[in-house]
Amino acid sequence: MTDTPPAVELAGLTKTFGPVTAVDGLSLRIEPGEVVAFLGPNGAGKTTTVDMLLGLARPDAGTVRLFGGTPGDAVRLGRVAAVMQTGGLLKDLTVAETVRMTAHFYGQSRPAAEVLERAGIADIADRAVGKCSGGQQQRLRFALALLPDPDLMVLDEPTTGMDVEGRRDFWQAIRADARSGRTVLFATHYLDEADAYADRIVLVRQGRVVADGTTAEIKNLAAGRVVRATLPGADQTALAALPGVQSVEVRGEAVLVHTEDSDVVARHLLTRTDARDLEITSRNLEDAFLALTAAA
Amino acid sequence: MTVTAPSATTTPDRAGTRRPPALGGFSAPVLGIEIRRVLRNRRTLVFILVMPAVFFLLFGLPQRGQNLDNGLPVTAWIMISLAVYAAMVATTSAGAAVATERALGWSRQLRLTPLRPAAYVATKVATAMVLGLLGVLVEFAVGAASGVRMPAHVWIESGLTAWIGSLVFAALGLFVGYLAPAENVMQFMGPVLAILAMLGGLFVPLEILPHAMQQIAKFTPVYGVGELARSPLTGAGVDWAAVGNVAAWTAFFGLGAARLFRRDTTRV
Repeated sequence: MTDTPPAVELAGLTKTFGPVTAVDGLSLRIEPGEVVAFLGPNGAGKTTTVDMLLGLARPDAGTVRLFGGTPGDAVRLGRVAAVMQTGGLLKDLTVAETVRMTAHFYGQSRPAAEVLERAGIADIADRAVGKCSGGQQQRLRFALALLPDPDLMVLDEPTTGMDVEGRRDFWQAIRADARSGRTVLFATHYLDEADAYADRIVLVRQGRVVADGTTAEIKNLAAGRVVRATLPGADQTALAALPGVQSVEVRGEAVLVHTEDSDVVARHLLTRTDARDLEITSRNLEDAFLALTAAA
Repeated sequence: MTVTAPSATTTPDRAGTRRPPALGGFSAPVLGIEIRRVLRNRRTLVFILVMPAVFFLLFGLPQRGQNLDNGLPVTAWIMISLAVYAAMVATTSAGAAVATERALGWSRQLRLTPLRPAAYVATKVATAMVLGLLGVLVEFAVGAASGVRMPAHVWIESGLTAWIGSLVFAALGLFVGYLAPAENVMQFMGPVLAILAMLGGLFVPLEILPHAMQQIAKFTPVYGVGELARSPLTGAGVDWAAVGNVAAWTAFFGLGAARLFRRDTTRV
């Protein structure tokens, strides 16, 4: 039945550094072709997970399988490539030399000119790496990751430290690449990146997956809307009994109702009570993110 | 017996056609880029090519006209010694380049490619040996241009010994490179090499040092290579103590580097 093994299969992944549990029994399955954002605040264990996924760190417990094999197998065959956060470039080589050199480390690779073009750095091919901006160096790392034409591309906080323009250029390059069928996993703490570029968001907090779904599903998790109205002496019990209501909060003369069905609440408030100044606001991904990742 | 093939693989990926690199990723084009990279570094060029040549002009030429006991010129003795010095500085710095690459995180980047660690080290050693050869050739060219004359077999035998002997220092460079992940490791190693060269009798004959120093000097890593490289000139024949010295230090640095290298690559 299972013809194709999952691109990524993490099971019960755990890693501790002294007293700190960075990754805490994390499990995750990514099918080929998915574009997944690994979203979480700083210190959520994203980079440690990525390191274990790539075989750069050994899990204390749990297993990593990439396309049914070990990370080492996937690396050796050029099935996985990664763009890491920092370091990893020789300053005294030119951009083109770095690409040509790395190309020879693979059994087969795309032509250097092609990946330079696709990463949007063909115009600075002869520049010394040490003279490139942070954003240009990151696009060079991306070019290097394109060389083996990997089935799985992993990006660990790829735009950290870039200015707005650098981030936009970088994601444009990634988007332009989007080879059909390539699996992409990117770690980020930028909500807008996850929202804009991923089909699926895996939300992590304290080394665990706290939510996993499409962007819309994640938004719905912290879901619903808030109906706010001015209503002195509101009958909280009656409001809480309405269908879809999650919680009722009274702040002075105002009442705030968190609900999955704002229409019912609004209709009730306007027709059965003296409520006025009624407002309905929907929660966005940021609310979901904050609600789900706030320390328990 | 009939074997039924698993139902057609219609996956879009190219898993079936993927293969790891030949020779673990060791290749001539990479070696070419590495060598060009070193030759572009002005500081390296000064240390491995210019300085030994200048030493010869400063300290060798004034000895012109003086002969060894066998009638061959003292300048030849100095030239061969400095060729050993040039080769050892070249191979040490090429080996120690792993320190820089570890400090920069390049080694970590390489672990995300199919390049085998052994192929990486082989590239470094090959680069070191090309640079070492260059160091010997430049020193010999400066010597020949300055009037050093000796029998053809001495040029060849001494040159080859100085060059091949510098393998010890490629191992030393790797050893230090894996010991200290620092970008500026050669700033520390430069003076160390100069002291070793002094104790190895490359700058002045050991005979002028105090007796106790001479005895200690014979156990330092440069002594053996220097003695062996000059023996075709002096006609001293094969000095087994010198051979033992080279073998022991090669084993020490080689095994030390291998041990640190293993620690570095198994650390996941």
